[in-house]
Amino acid sequence: MSHQSRERRRAVGLALPLLLFIVVTFVAPLAAMLVRSIHDPAVVDALPETISALEGWDGQGLPPEEAFAAMARELVDARADRSLGKVASALNRVQGGLRSVVSRSARSLEGVSEGPWREAMAGVHEAWSDPTTWHAVLAAGQRFTLRHYLGALDMRRLPDGSLARQPEDRRIYLPLLWRTLAVSASIAVICLVLGYPLAHLIAISPPGRANLLLALVLVPFWTSLLVRTTAWIVLLQRQGVVNDLLAAIGLVGEDGRLALIYNMTGTVVAMTHVLLPFMVLPLYSVMHGIPPQYMRAASSLGARPAQAFARVYWPLTLPGVGAGTLLVFILAIGYYITPALVGGSSGQLISNMVAYHMQTSLNWGLAAALGGIMLAGVLALYVLYDRLVGVERLGLG
Amino acid sequence: MIGSAADKGTGEGSGAEAVHVEFEDVAKSYDGRTMAVQGFDLRVRRGEFVTLLGPSGSGKTTILTMLAGFQAPTSGVIRIDGSRVDDLPPRRRGIGMVFQNYALFPHMSVEENLAFPLEVRGLARAECRERVGSALRLVRLEGLEKRRPGQLSGGQQQRVAIARALVFEPSLVLMDEPLGALDRRLREEMQYEIRRIHRELAVTVVYVTHDQEEAMVLSERIAVLRAGAVEQIAGPEALYEEPERSFVADFIGENNHLDGTVIAVDGDFCEVEVGRERVRALRIVECEPGDRVTLSIRPERVAVNPDPGLYQNQVGGTIRDVAFVGDHLRVRMAACGVSNLVAKIPNVAGHGGVLVGDTVRIAWTVTDCRALNFEPMQD
Repeated sequence: MSHQSRERRRAVGLALPLLLFIVVTFVAPLAAMLVRSIHDPAVVDALPETISALEGWDGQGLPPEEAFAAMARELVDARADRSLGKVASALNRVQGGLRSVVSRSARSLEGVSEGPWREAMAGVHEAWSDPTTWHAVLAAGQRFTLRHYLGALDMRRLPDGSLARQPEDRRIYLPLLWRTLAVSASIAVICLVLGYPLAHLIAISPPGRANLLLALVLVPFWTSLLVRTTAWIVLLQRQGVVNDLLAAIGLVGEDGRLALIYNMTGTVVAMTHVLLPFMVLPLYSVMHGIPPQYMRAASSLGARPAQAFARVYWPLTLPGVGAGTLLVFILAIGYYITPALVGGSSGQLISNMVAYHMQTSLNWGLAAALGGIMLAGVLALYVLYDRLVGVERLGLG
Repeated sequence: MIGSAADKGTGEGSGAEAVHVEFEDVAKSYDGRTMAVQGFDLRVRRGEFVTLLGPSGSGKTTILTMLAGFQAPTSGVIRIDGSRVDDLPPRRRGIGMVFQNYALFPHMSVEENLAFPLEVRGLARAECRERVGSALRLVRLEGLEKRRPGQLSGGQQQRVAIARALVFEPSLVLMDEPLGALDRRLREEMQYEIRRIHRELAVTVVYVTHDQEEAMVLSERIAVLRAGAVEQIAGPEALYEEPERSFVADFIGENNHLDGTVIAVDGDFCEVEVGRERVRALRIVECEPGDRVTLSIRPERVAVNPDPGLYQNQVGGTIRDVAFVGDHLRVRMAACGVSNLVAKIPNVAGHGGVLVGDTVRIAWTVTDCRALNFEPMQD
C-alpha cells in the first residue's frame, strides 16, 4: 500500500518538469490574456483624477469643471512622459476620432496655464463640449470592463447605459464567428465522410498493409505546414494543376478557370487535408478494437449489411466519431495559418481576426475577448459532448 | 475415408429426409498451399448433437465458419436440408450461432440483443417481446432484461448468447467453443444447460470444442479432427472403447501408447513385439508381419499382479511411481520398453498395495489391447 503510494509520488515527481513547463508557457500566458480581456488600466492609469472626477458626475449635460481641469492637466502630463499615444489609442477604440482630439488637445493645452478649463478645452476642440465624449472617456476609464466582450459580440453600450447591437454594416465579429463555426463544422463533416471508410479499411487490413496505410495518413503530419500549404497553392491556383487538368479535359473553358484558392474553397480544401489524420486516428483506434465477430454475429442473426452497419458497427464506432469530430472541429475553430495563406479575403476565420488585433491594431483586449469567446465555445461543446455521449467514451486512441 | 466408414459403423439414420446438414468432400485452403480442411465428409441428422473435436489448428472452427457462411469452401459441397448453400449469405442460412467469447453487442441491453434477430426480420414489437421473454425463460435469465452484457457474469453472458442464437427459432445451432472462457464449475453447469436446451427444443447442434470431456458429455456423435482431416467419427463410447486411430486413442481419455512391431498375424488378432515382450492385440489396422504398429491400452484395463491365469497378455515390469488419487491408485511402471505404462488400480478392499521399486506382473485382456496405425510417441 505505502509502496504503491511511494511509486505514485515518484511518478508525479517525474512529471513535475512538464507541469512547470505547461504552467509557465501555457497556463500563465493564457490566464494573462483572459485577464486582459476584462482588465484595461491604460486610461485610468494615465488619467486617474479625471476618471475619479467623472465618477462624481451625474451624467446629465457636461461634467463639472474639476473634470475639465484634471483632464487638461493629465493630458499635458501624459504628453510629457510620452504615454499619450497609449491613452489616445485606448480612447479611440471606445469612440472613433478621439485619438486626434486627444493629441491635438494635449499639444494645444500645453500653453494654457489657467482656467476656466471648460472654455479653454472647448476652444481647443469642440468635441469637449459634447457629453458623449465624456461618456466615452468615463467608459474607457473603467479598470474592469466587459466592453471588449461587447465589442467582440458586435454590441455597444449606449450613453444611457443600455446595450444595443451595432448597426448592420458594422457587425464584423459575430458573422465571422458564425462563419468560423460553419466552416469548422463542414470541415469536420467532410473529414468524417472521407475518413470513416479509410479508417475502416485500415482497421480490417492485415497488419503490414495497415501500417503502410497509417503511414500514408500521417504523411501530412510529417510535412512542414508551409510545404503542404504551398503544394495546395501549386495545385489549386488559377494556372495550377487542377485547373489545367479540368481545362485539358474540357470541363472548364480557358477563361472560365475556377477560383479554387484565395477564397473559402481553398481554406476548406487545405484544412480538410491538414486535419484528416485527426479524424482517421481516433476512428481507427476505435474500429481496431471492434472484434470482427460482432459483424459476423449480426449477419448470422439475419441482419442485412446495411442493418448490421446501422445497428451494430456505427454505434460501436460512435466514441471514435465523437472524438474525431470534436478534435477536428476544435482544431479548425482555432486554425490560423492555413486560412491566412490560402484563404484570401473571403476565406479568413476568427483566429485571423485575433491575429490582426494582436499584431496590427494592437487592440489586445479585443483579441483576448475574441479568444475568450472561442475558448468558452469549445468548452461548452465539450460539456455538451459529455452530456450526450460521455467524455469517458471519447476514443482518442 | 475413415470418417465415412465410421459413420456407417454407428448406424446412421437411413432416410434421406433425416439428414439436416451434409458435408461432401469439403476442403478449405486459405493460402492456396496448405489445407486447413481436406476431404471432410459428415452427415448430421435432424435433431442430432454432433461435436467437432480436435486440438487447435485441426480445422474445426474453419468447418464451422464454412457452415455458417462466413467463408466459402475451396472445394466440395455443403448442403442444408438437401440444398447447396454455397451462394447463401449467412443471414439467409437460418443458423443460430454461439460465438467464442459470445459476441454480444456491448452497446445493447440483454433485451435488445435478443430482440435484434427478430427486429431485423421485421417482427412486430409485441411478438418480439413475447419471444424475448420466452428465450430468457429458457436460459433462466428472467429479470436481467435491462442489463448490458458488461454487467453480467461470464455464465450469464453465455446464457444470453445461447438465447440469442435460439430466439429466432433456427433449426440448426452452431456453437464455437462456447464454454472456453468459463471456469470449470460453471462449464459443467452450462454443459447440463446445453443438454437440457437441446432436448427441449430438439434443434440440430454442431458444436466445436477442444475439450474431449466436454465433447463426451454433450454429444451424440463426435468427429475427431486432426490437421484438417477427420480421424474418426463415432459416439463417445465407441471413441473411447474402440478407437480406430492411435491419435484418437491418445486424444480421448487416458491411454497407454506402446510402439511395436508385428511378428505374426492371425485373423482379427496379431502378435506384436513391444520392448522385449510379445503381446497379443486386436488387429484394427491392416498390418503384416514386420509392420510397425501402435498399441493402445486404457489404464483402467491394466491389471497389476493379477491372479495367475486370468489374462493371456502378461509382461514383467517395475513400479516407478504410485500416486493415491482417492478412488484409485495411479501406478506408473517401466515395462514393454517404456517407462510410463500407467495402470489405475481401483481402491477396493484387498487391492494389494504396491511400492515403488517392486517388480510386478502386468496383464491385460487381449481385446483391451488394440493394434492401431503406427504413430511415434510424442513427448
